[in-house]
Amino acid sequence: MGTCSLSIEVSTQLLFSQLLLGLINGAFYAMLSLGLAVIFGMLNVINFTHGAQYMMGAFAAWLMLTELNIPFWFALILSPIVVGLFGILLERLMLKRIYHLDHLYGFLLTFGLALIIEGLFQWKWGSSGAPYQSPIPGGYNLGFMFLPSYRGFVVVAALVICLTTWYAIERTKLGAYLRAATENPTLVQSFGINVPRLITLTYGLGVGLAAMAGVLAAPIQQVSALMGTNLVLVVFAVVVIGGMGSIMGSIVTGFGLGIVEGFTKVACPPASNTVIFVVMALVLLIKPAGLFGQTK
Amino acid sequence: MAETLLKVQDLQSWYGESHILHGVGLEIGRGELVTLLGRNGAGKTTTLKSIMGIVEKRAGSVTFAGQETIGQPSNVIARLGLAYCPEERGIFSSLNVEENMLLPPQVKQGGMTLDEIYQLFPNLKERRRSQGTKLSGGEQQMLAIGRILRTGADMLLLDEPTEGLAPVIVQRIGEVIRTLKSRGFTILLVEQNFRFAATVADRHYVMEDGRVVDMIAAADVAASVDKMHDYLGV
Repeated sequence: MGTCSLSIEVSTQLLFSQLLLGLINGAFYAMLSLGLAVIFGMLNVINFTHGAQYMMGAFAAWLMLTELNIPFWFALILSPIVVGLFGILLERLMLKRIYHLDHLYGFLLTFGLALIIEGLFQWKWGSSGAPYQSPIPGGYNLGFMFLPSYRGFVVVAALVICLTTWYAIERTKLGAYLRAATENPTLVQSFGINVPRLITLTYGLGVGLAAMAGVLAAPIQQVSALMGTNLVLVVFAVVVIGGMGSIMGSIVTGFGLGIVEGFTKVACPPASNTVIFVVMALVLLIKPAGLFGQTK
Repeated sequence: MAETLLKVQDLQSWYGESHILHGVGLEIGRGELVTLLGRNGAGKTTTLKSIMGIVEKRAGSVTFAGQETIGQPSNVIARLGLAYCPEERGIFSSLNVEENMLLPPQVKQGGMTLDEIYQLFPNLKERRRSQGTKLSGGEQQMLAIGRILRTGADMLLLDEPTEGLAPVIVQRIGEVIRTLKSRGFTILLVEQNFRFAATVADRHYVMEDGRVVDMIAAADVAASVDKMHDYLGV
């Protein structure tokens, strides 16, 4: 099937397996764009290191398994903590020095960091990639399609992670501090809240989210130094489409675009790699602030 | 004068390259209500911001309850019991009225309860689920004042709370400020509206070109009308 057909003459089997693939991709888009949106809102930094941090999450889990015999379920918690702490260090040592500068500097710094990190991993472990065994092997025959258990788990886990993050930001006291500090950090600090620490914490959490997505991706993809490079480009498109700074927007857009991509693979395979960027261009033309974004 | 709560000496501050305050000095006793008067650009707002520690660079001395705060960040200063209500009110649009109200953390015992604050501002209670910035200007002002009463702060820095409000609302804000004074709050009030300021304050400081140039007690206001006209250009 190398051509596009508008008539729907595809098997349900194909349709549903592409839909599942789309949902899984969407799950990763959602988790990653969520972290990017939170970080941008609070730090005013476009975190281009996000893909590298996702890769570090996968690597940390893989190293924990191969070197220390730590199973997947522990790594799912431990790896985001380790990578999140690394993020905190990065924020304290470097990022905090550039908040007063233009977005461009943050972009260049985090982009440079991503290149350095990915380069180091490639140098140490090569770029061929290492497999990570699925922690839930097997699957279910649903009649119309075969559902690998682990992939089903990833979709559910991503939903839980996204909704928990949404709840923490929109419905808790800490989240209220975060939302307020995104709008007016000076005033929030004058109320007695340690805003610099809140910023550090936010970056750590955003990076932790990326790492957790990386751990979830390890059994699906090869664990490799460049696994985040292409993904992060798509995720930036997702963030632009959803609109910077909207939490629910990131989640809905992430899953939605994953599904759009999945369907495009069925209807018009050659377009599936570009469809998200086409949507991005259209959204930018019609609603520059993004589908869920607010113009300030 | 009662025990000195806030003492400002030779306070200087800068925004980038521009030097705004050139040695402000003032002193406020516990429970006093003092205004800062002066023309536009005299440095009144900057004085409040400098006391609160939210200017880029400041020097001199600001002691609050006996503690020097000049080198401290604003979150530490707030914890000593100082609270600031900005001229632009600073209501958060991503928070509803009650979330705005509950945002400033408690810094000390003895703040007003949420019920007491809603008693003072009944409108806010009715609209507590509304988005903060959907309120009218007067209600936003009440919310901006209301939310710093819960924290237990002893001293309030209020920047032009009557600006742009209808006369009936200005009157209401005046009543609120008097109520707060009677509850023991120490208040430093920046006002353009001298007629309003004269009805509430114990004393007035007059600012010109980044300095305090005069101090007039409430009792002497009537005798100083000409001088005030000169200072304020009204």
